[in-house]
Parts: sequence; structure tokens; C-alpha cells
Amino acid sequence: MWVYTGGEQTTMADITANQAVTGPLIAADGTPLKRKLAQTTRRARMRALLLTAPLVLFLLVSFVFPIGQMLYQSAHNPSFGDVLPNTARALAEWEGDGVPGEEMFAILAADLKQAREDRSIGRAATRVNYELPGSRSLFTRTVRNIGKVEAAPYKEALIEINEKWDDPILWATLKRVSNDYTASFYLAAVDRKYDADGSIVMQDEKRQIYVQLFWRTLWLSALITFLCFLLAYPVSYMLSVLPLRYSNLLMILVLLPFWTSLLVRTTAWIAMLQSEGVVNDLLVWTSVLDDDNRAQMIYNRTGTIVAMTHILLPFMILPLYSVMKTIPPSYMRAARSLGANSFTAFRRVYFPQTIPGIAAGTLLVFILAIGYYITPALVGGQDGQLISNLIAFHMQRSLNWSLAAALGGILLVGVLVLYWVYNKLVGIDKLKFG
Amino acid sequence: MMKLPAYASPLERIWHYTYLVICVLIFIFLIAPIIIIVPLSFNAEPYFTFTEGMLSFDPAAYSMRWYADILRNGMAAPDAPIDTNWFADMWNNAQWIRAMRNSFFVAICTTVLATALGTLAALGLSRPEMPFRSAITGLLISPMIVPLVITATGMFFFYSDIGLAKTYLGIILAHTTLGIPFVIITVTATLVGFDNSLIRASQSLGADGWTTFRKVIMPLILPGMISGALFAFVTSLDEIVTVLFLADVEQRTIPRQMWSGIREQISPTILAVATILVVISIALLTTVELLRRRSERLRGMAPQ
Repeated sequence: MWVYTGGEQTTMADITANQAVTGPLIAADGTPLKRKLAQTTRRARMRALLLTAPLVLFLLVSFVFPIGQMLYQSAHNPSFGDVLPNTARALAEWEGDGVPGEEMFAILAADLKQAREDRSIGRAATRVNYELPGSRSLFTRTVRNIGKVEAAPYKEALIEINEKWDDPILWATLKRVSNDYTASFYLAAVDRKYDADGSIVMQDEKRQIYVQLFWRTLWLSALITFLCFLLAYPVSYMLSVLPLRYSNLLMILVLLPFWTSLLVRTTAWIAMLQSEGVVNDLLVWTSVLDDDNRAQMIYNRTGTIVAMTHILLPFMILPLYSVMKTIPPSYMRAARSLGANSFTAFRRVYFPQTIPGIAAGTLLVFILAIGYYITPALVGGQDGQLISNLIAFHMQRSLNWSLAAALGGILLVGVLVLYWVYNKLVGIDKLKFG
Repeated sequence: MMKLPAYASPLERIWHYTYLVICVLIFIFLIAPIIIIVPLSFNAEPYFTFTEGMLSFDPAAYSMRWYADILRNGMAAPDAPIDTNWFADMWNNAQWIRAMRNSFFVAICTTVLATALGTLAALGLSRPEMPFRSAITGLLISPMIVPLVITATGMFFFYSDIGLAKTYLGIILAHTTLGIPFVIITVTATLVGFDNSLIRASQSLGADGWTTFRKVIMPLILPGMISGALFAFVTSLDEIVTVLFLADVEQRTIPRQMWSGIREQISPTILAVATILVVISIALLTTVELLRRRSERLRGMAPQ
């Protein structure tokens, strides 16, 4: 190709050759184009990052850090060391065999006197009591009588107040709790504990509740997810094949529950399912049930299952619907024309195409279900409680915050793994409402 | 409606009608509990169930007493003549009115904060050059995924340490955290298919960044922003777990009041409140649906 440049004739090859001699391509302001481009891209990336920065910072402070602090609390409990600091220090150096000597008892007596003055022994006593049930009273009683102990020998004096002070198991426990960092709350959260010589054993039979509760939470969540799937599939299909005029109207029936307050829906289910409620009245009226023999459908596991299925159903319908909407109806017709009967056509052509929607809905509902708290607390009675309810119980009633944090830590890990799977499989940016 | 093809076999016809019946039953399951509380809230008796009179449409069996109870419960002198003093008494002392004031105050502050932060972040996330997009999106959506009890527990420890527990600010921050995923999801959805050449066109015509945002970006994402804001509003209005953990009696919200109502003395007043909340949800849902259709029309994605 020839370019006319004022008399001289140059080829394109010459131009490139010339530039190769004078250096790389140059932008308008004289910097090499390559560097300029990198600069602009970097600036654009920074700008995008800066837009998200305020929110990321906000969430780090208000959400990530608090949860991190909670997790720290599950493995770090300084109650004993705070109240009896010198004893804790001495215990850390003690080799931990049998019952320590006079020296340790002297330090302990001084610490206990201080604790009596500060009225702070309760915290340390509770901490030891978690590890060795029944030792709470040992501390409170000893502190009450510590005023009488004025001079050595402290060992004899303390043992006289309570002979448990002569127990090597107690001292092994004390040595363990004197360390602020502990795994014992995580052990308690999976029904295990340390025994006297520090090895991990199962909790006593009647104190084993958490593993069973974790299983119940998983099993109920799976059941609720399955029920949601069963109810959502036909409805989503109907919504996806109806003309928009009708499906938009029917969609309101799905979205209205989604927008209605959780407590309103839970209250509504109490009104529906209680023994004098609408469902029982209907069943009695149609003579399915006897009037004195009304079904107990609320304040038990059934209540939790029904109410949670209702509450989580829209989370299954919406992803299923958005996938089904994209499946061309001609595929089913093609299958039929190739000789498949309607069931085969559904099973081999339609159903496999809906699997992405099923995966999205199932994972989302399951993730939301295993962390549910409010509905089981209000309509679950005794056997409809989930693990979240126990975390709340330890936070608000028993005040064993470290155990609550440890249970929460285990639940959190489970949820985050599922969330990661969801993100890999479905992509979190595919999430939509309405 | 759904039509059967002409070649359908009798078995398929039976299945088709069974299928329709199943769908109707599922829709009833979805909507019945919400509909049923409306008539129950007009019960003249202090029961949670339909009385004989209600079923035979006896006007005497219906009353507004539970709605009046929302106003009167907790007032110093509920039976005084209705004048300005009565209204002042109601405004300051009635339990449900106080709860509503708290709820709306918290929800409005939450909405403003969550929408502002969330929209900014969504704008950043939907830029093609955004680095670490999936990790950051994952973080921003996670408050919706992490069980509320865990979030509330963490916040309880942290906010107690820094003196924000039992304050309005603490609850507003907690609710903002929980509302943000909804804002991000709705605003990002509006930004999908956003034509970035519009920004370049605006810049080439001499507009600075702020003018471009105000005159070009804003009108296009406004429907999404409003939907996101409404989602944040509803999330806050409905939130109970962090309130249970963080709030004092002073900061009781409507859900908190309903919670103790359900646990302690269950009365049809709760159904009256629930009915009002359902009406609010219907209004919000209608707004969001209209906005969504408007946004689809604006971007030429209107389904015809």
C-alpha cells in the first residue's frame, strides 16, 4: 500500500521500521503507550475499588471484626486468671502432679482474700465449674471462710474449710483453667471433655446434647429444604409457562409472603395450627377429627417444619423460576415428536435443564434453614428447637458466653463452607429478588 | 391459560387437572396464613380463632377493639376524653406507638445509610475493571447468609465493649449491616446491561464526574436504588434478633413488642398489628413491582 506524503513515497513497512528505530509507541503526552495504558487501567481499578471501600470498611468494623472477636472468645476465657492472677501464674509453673505444697496454698489464700474484697470469686468459680461440675460451692464457701485463715500453714487451713482442696483432680483442673487459651468450650460443644489426666473423653451420658442437636438441625433443615423443593417445583413451572399477564399476578402470591414480616407469618401460623385454630376447626367441621381429639400441630417439631417451609418457600421458587423461564418450550415438543412419552420427555429433557435452579434454591434454603432462630423459638416447643436456639440460650440465660461462641463457631464454619459451595456452583451475583 | 395439546392422552388429561389442583393448593398454602389474620384481627372476643358469630357474619361478632387497644395499651389515662392531652398521652405512653416510633426511626436511618453505602459499592462492583470482584461481593452479601444469632452474638460482645449496646446508634449500625446485601443485590441487578458508553458520551460532552452521576447514571439506577432502599427499610422494620441481643426496653421496636406479645400474653392486638404490617408490605411490594417494570421499560427490556 502506498501513502502519499508530500513528494516522498513511503510504504507502511517503512513507517513501522522507522518507529522500531525511534522506540516504542508514544502517547500524546510523551510517555510510552504501554506504560500509559497500564497507568490508566490501574487508575480505573483503584477508582472501582475506592467506590466499594467505604462499605467494605464499614462491614469489616461492624460485622467481620465482631464475629472474629466472638470466635476469639470461644477459645480464650480469662475468668480464672483475672480473678486469681497470682495463683494462675504459680499454676502455670507448677509441674501438675498430685496436690501442690504450702507455697501454692499461701498464694491461693492471698488471692482468695483479694477476691473476697472485690466480690469477684463468682466468675472464677463458674469457670472451674464448667470443667469440674460441683466445684462452684467449693470456691464460694472457701471465700466466705477465708477471713479466719490468718497465718501459715495455709494448706491445712484450706483443707479444713473444705477437704476437696486435697483432691488431685481438682488441682489438675485448676492447672488447666489457669491457661486463658482453651479448647474445652469447643470440646463441650461436641459433647466431649478433658478427664483428670488431660485426655479427651465423652461427656456423661445425660450431658450429651449438642451433637444430637447438630444432627437434628441438619436433618430438619434437609427435610424443610426437600419440602420446599417439592412445593416450589410445580409452582415455578406454572409461573414460567404462563403468559406474563397471569404469571405476574400469581407472582404476587409468592412475593407477598416474602415481603411480609417474619413475625407476622409466624403469628399467622399460630392462629392456623393451634388446637383451637383454623386448620383444626376445619378438620373437626369436616369430621376428619373428633372435637376432643384435636391434632397438636404447633409448639412442637411439626410447627417448626410447617412454618419454616412456608417462610423459606419463596427462596426456592425465585431461583427455580428464573432458570425455568430460560428453557425453550420447543425442547419438550421436540422430545415428544421424537417419540418420548410425556414422563420420559420430562425426565430426560426438561428436568436436567432445571438442575442449576434446583442447586441454587436448595443450597440457599438449606443455608438459611440451619441458622434459623426466631420461628423455632416461637412455635418449636421443646423438640423443634435448633442449634441457634441453644446459642441464644447460652447467651441470654445460662450466660456461658464462651460455649455460645464455640457452638456459633462450629455453625459458622458449616455455613461458610456451604456459602463457598454456593458461590462456586451458582455464583452469588446470580441472586435476585422478584 | 395453560393449554393441553390436542394429542394429549386421557392419562395426561387427568394428570394435567391434578397438577392444576396441586398448584392451587400450594398457592393457598402460601397466601392463606396471611389472609386469615385479617378477619381474625376484627374479632370481638379475645380469642385467636373464628367464633360462631364471625362465621355467620354477625356484625356484633366483629369489632375494632384490638385496633383501639394498639393506641390505648400502656396509656396513663386511656378513657379520658379524646383531646390534645389524650393524643399527647398516646404519643408518649402507648407501648405499641412507642414501638412504632422506634421502629420507623431506626428503619429510616438504616435505609439512608445502607442505600448510600450500598449504591456506591454496587457502582464500583459493576465496573468491568473491578479487581477481586467475587471475593468482595461474597463479603458484602455475607450478612444475609451468616446466621443471625451469630451476627447478633458477635455484635453483642463488640458493641458492649465500645459502649454502643443499648443505644439507638448500635441498632441502626446492626440493621445497616443486615440491610446492605439487599441494596447491593437490587442495585447491581439494575446495573446489569448498563451501557458504559453513556458515561463516556457524557464525559466527551464536557460533564464532570458529579454531573455525569447526577444526570446520566442516577436516573437510570434510581428505580433499583429505591427498590434497594425499600428492601433495607423492610429488613430493618422486620429485624428482631439483633434487637433482642442489643436493645434495652427504651429501644423496643414493633417486632420486639410482638415477640414478647407472642411469648407472654397472646392477644388479638398482635393480629391487629400484623394486619397493619401486611398492609404496609402490600404497599411496598406494589411500589417495588412498579419500579421494576419501569426500570425494565427504561432499559428496553420490557416483556411484551
